[in-house]
Amino acid sequence: MSIETPLPVLKPTDFASDQDVRWCPGCGDYSILAQMKKVLPTLGVPREKTVFISGIGCSSRFPYYMNTYGVHSIHGRAPAVATGLKCVRPDLQVWVITGDGDGLSIGGNHLMHAIRRNLDINIVLFNNRIYGLTKGQYSPTSPLGQKTKSTPMGAIDNPLHPLSIAIGCEATFVARSIDTNINHLGETLKRAAEHPGASFVEVYQNCNVFNDGAWDYAKDRDTKLDTTLELQHGKPLLFGKLREKGIRLNGMNPEVVELGKGITEDDLLFHDERSPEPSLAYLLSRMRYEDGFPEPIGVFRCVDAPRYDALINGQIEEATQKRGQGDLEALFNSGDTWTVE
Amino acid sequence: MDTLAPHKPIAPLDDATVRFCGDSGDGMQLAGTQFTNTSALAGNDVATFPDFPAEIRAPRGTKAGVSGFQVHFSSNDIYTPGDTVDALVAMNPAALVTNLEDLRDGGVLIINKDSFDKKGLEQAGYKSNPLEDGSLSHYSMHPVEMTKLNRLAVEGFGLTQKEADLCRNFFAMGLVFWLYDRSLEPTLRFIAQKFGKRPEVAEANTASLRAGYHYGETVEAINTQYHVAAAKLPPGKYRNIMGNTALAYGLLAAAKLSGKRLFLGAYPITPASDILHELANHKNFDVLTFQAEDEIAAITSAIGASFAGEMAVTASSGPGIALKAEGMGLAVMTELPLLIISVQRGGPSTGLPTKTEQADLMQALYGRNGECPLPVIAASGPADCFHAAQEAWRIAARFMTPVILLTDGYIANGSEPWRIPQLSELRPTEITHPAPTDNGDAFLPYLRNERLARPWAVPGTPGLMHRIGGLEKQDVTGNVSYDPLNHQHMVDTRARKVALVADDIPMQTVDGPASGDLLVVSWGGTYGACATAVHKVQHHGGSVAHCHLRYLNPLPKNLGEILGNYKQILVPELNLGQLRMLLRATYLVDAIGHNKVQGKPFSVGELVEKIEHLLST
Ligand SMILES: Cc1ncc(C[n+]2csc(CCOP(=O)(O)OP(=O)(O)O)c2C)c(N)n1
Ligand code: SF4
Repeated sequence: MSIETPLPVLKPTDFASDQDVRWCPGCGDYSILAQMKKVLPTLGVPREKTVFISGIGCSSRFPYYMNTYGVHSIHGRAPAVATGLKCVRPDLQVWVITGDGDGLSIGGNHLMHAIRRNLDINIVLFNNRIYGLTKGQYSPTSPLGQKTKSTPMGAIDNPLHPLSIAIGCEATFVARSIDTNINHLGETLKRAAEHPGASFVEVYQNCNVFNDGAWDYAKDRDTKLDTTLELQHGKPLLFGKLREKGIRLNGMNPEVVELGKGITEDDLLFHDERSPEPSLAYLLSRMRYEDGFPEPIGVFRCVDAPRYDALINGQIEEATQKRGQGDLEALFNSGDTWTVE
Repeated sequence: MDTLAPHKPIAPLDDATVRFCGDSGDGMQLAGTQFTNTSALAGNDVATFPDFPAEIRAPRGTKAGVSGFQVHFSSNDIYTPGDTVDALVAMNPAALVTNLEDLRDGGVLIINKDSFDKKGLEQAGYKSNPLEDGSLSHYSMHPVEMTKLNRLAVEGFGLTQKEADLCRNFFAMGLVFWLYDRSLEPTLRFIAQKFGKRPEVAEANTASLRAGYHYGETVEAINTQYHVAAAKLPPGKYRNIMGNTALAYGLLAAAKLSGKRLFLGAYPITPASDILHELANHKNFDVLTFQAEDEIAAITSAIGASFAGEMAVTASSGPGIALKAEGMGLAVMTELPLLIISVQRGGPSTGLPTKTEQADLMQALYGRNGECPLPVIAASGPADCFHAAQEAWRIAARFMTPVILLTDGYIANGSEPWRIPQLSELRPTEITHPAPTDNGDAFLPYLRNERLARPWAVPGTPGLMHRIGGLEKQDVTGNVSYDPLNHQHMVDTRARKVALVADDIPMQTVDGPASGDLLVVSWGGTYGACATAVHKVQHHGGSVAHCHLRYLNPLPKNLGEILGNYKQILVPELNLGQLRMLLRATYLVDAIGHNKVQGKPFSVGELVEKIEHLLST
């Protein structure tokens, strides 16, 4: 990633466009927007080198609210738009803003491929477990049985879990945060931006109009310490109000244990975000509140790998070195030719 | 001189058409290509028609697996691969039965006799052996034990029998090369280059080629050799080129001349894939080829590259173009330049993937939601693809609009001589991007110039930050707007902008009298057949002219006037009447159609017949 230090120090307000923000009052999107505006000035990337690309959905209105370059594209295709942009302009910092419907339903294919190519872009998926813009149909992350306008008898498709998918695509940076956990969210966005390669961040976002409270268990002051677990590299997986609980591996399976009674921190699973082997990250991505686990937030995985945008341009350099700068006349005149007098 | 070989007479011909056909594993495309190149190098004008089976490997010897390649070569200007065949090479019974009807009476028929065994005949549905039952008596038939003779020729090179049989196409080529008095040199060079790393294969192929040639020279059966003298083409340096290659070269030239990197986002589909293959081979021209996960990703990635300020292209065929429709709408709405190449094939749906059709004109003109006009142009032949690509880019960049360039399977895979241009002859497209500002004023992304084109501000430029997208925009500011009158204004403006392209393109010309009894109006790949047919009828004194359209949207400004100058209008198309409908709707003329959807191009003969029929009524 190119970090340049501009002379004038930018403030969050410098990143705000002059457009009225039109999300419903109380929508979790506001908080994500605020954190983004806070983080961007700390990255040292000038506004004109920052580009937001989105698909369609409430969350995808995001680029209009940023005073950077931006494209509000078509449903689900933001990762593909970003791919073309980043390939020709690796010097730009490209953010992809998407929703659970946009990114996982219609755009699932593109999301998967942008991640596996490890293009140097930052993908932020706002997960509200519902279709907001189209007014309340269930989404690929809605839980089984959820009653919505389109599922009056309850959803019967198994939900997708965004981080499991990302890790399945060998994502090199995978993280989760929560709209209301603003410090954590800011930190996570910053780390995503600094990661060279595709970073994928899932943000639990509340749609207070069509799916209010979907993430309350993870946000509520009283419960969140028991229902979430903040990942820290090199540290044991501890959680609970008094950090009295932890995650231990029992064979291949994680289990929740109470510390004491012969169980110490050393018996717990230690988090290694830099592990080349993604299986443990995958295991973490499968821990669910409804199965009695705390849901991890923070960085699941952060490893280095070749980046598509660098590779595609590297091939051009290599070809140019080997064959010289392309010469049109030589190309036209290649092969068998003849002259008519 | 070989005393055994009596010197046979060489008969001069103006032109000839040869078709090689056999099983898809028999190397007929290679035989045809080599014969074409050799004829082109001998100075003939050439036109080719490769015809592939849809199945990659149908069972050997079956009719579904027959692959053919037709070459028309001439000492005159020609525009089509020929209606009927003067010499047919059939490597097996299935090839014979599926191709014989195109061989003219008295034509030369070269047959691999060894494949006419019981199984082969059965697979082709022959009840009796046509080599023996007299049914081929009105042709100049030459059954040759090709398999056997070829095996003998390559004996001693250490090949397996299977490998030896793979050389058989070179034997067939050698024989046809002799028949048409062609030099073996170019093919010998090709063999050396292609099989240089496997000397035994190179030697075997050389031996096969020579064996076929000598067979022609020595055997008593074939008495006449033919010679087609060089054509009188306009002076210049030439090479033979296929449509898809010419198109790729045109894109490279357009990028270079406008100082842009070329980005191609594509998803493989017949018959467009070769554009991707060709460009992927030229990365040293600063070309980025992106094989996307699907057609929508292909076009939207190109939109991303266009937003970034580079020359962006996507290439596909019917079903893929259908998928791209939503992306085209976005490009129209965001007013970004983009080339969308549609290499038409038989449809609908997967249709006839390896066969040609012209039925996607309406898809190109209207296949999107909303009022979504964009310029559409069509290439008329393989070499013209080079120019058409540049013209499409010129319009896209000058008007800040996506442009559809239509070609078809027949143009894409066909080949013809291409006069190699000098770079100085090509027209560069000048592109400007707004300069950085630091005045703090908001940039106005939809402020328009005299062509109604908006500024192409490139990310990374200080002071020009702006957001675009698919939601309707307020004119000038580019802010999202649901204002009813603004929407009307923007719809009108986008339409007017595309209409203004008519001021930027040449007036339509006609070939023939400026008024008269009949005007033939054509577009795209039927150019050659229509031009040839019209010339023929003109030659016989018919009052007919030909008007070939390159620009399909907007139509040339004088087209209505031209149409009014003729008593009858004929619109031949490889569809059920799409251009005809457009002309009738636009100009209220009573155009007549001649329509065919058989996966095949028009023959000159059928068009001549139609024109003469109309002239006589
Ligand atoms: C091709 C296409 N299909 C459907 C739609 C309608 N549509 C708009 S947004 C949306 C779902 C968005 O859901 P999500 O990504 O979860 O975003 P949210 O609005 O919840 O932020 C749909 C189905 C569309 N705009 N385009
Ligand atoms: S519908 Fe939901 S997601 Fe959309 S703006 Fe309103 S609260 Fe936010």
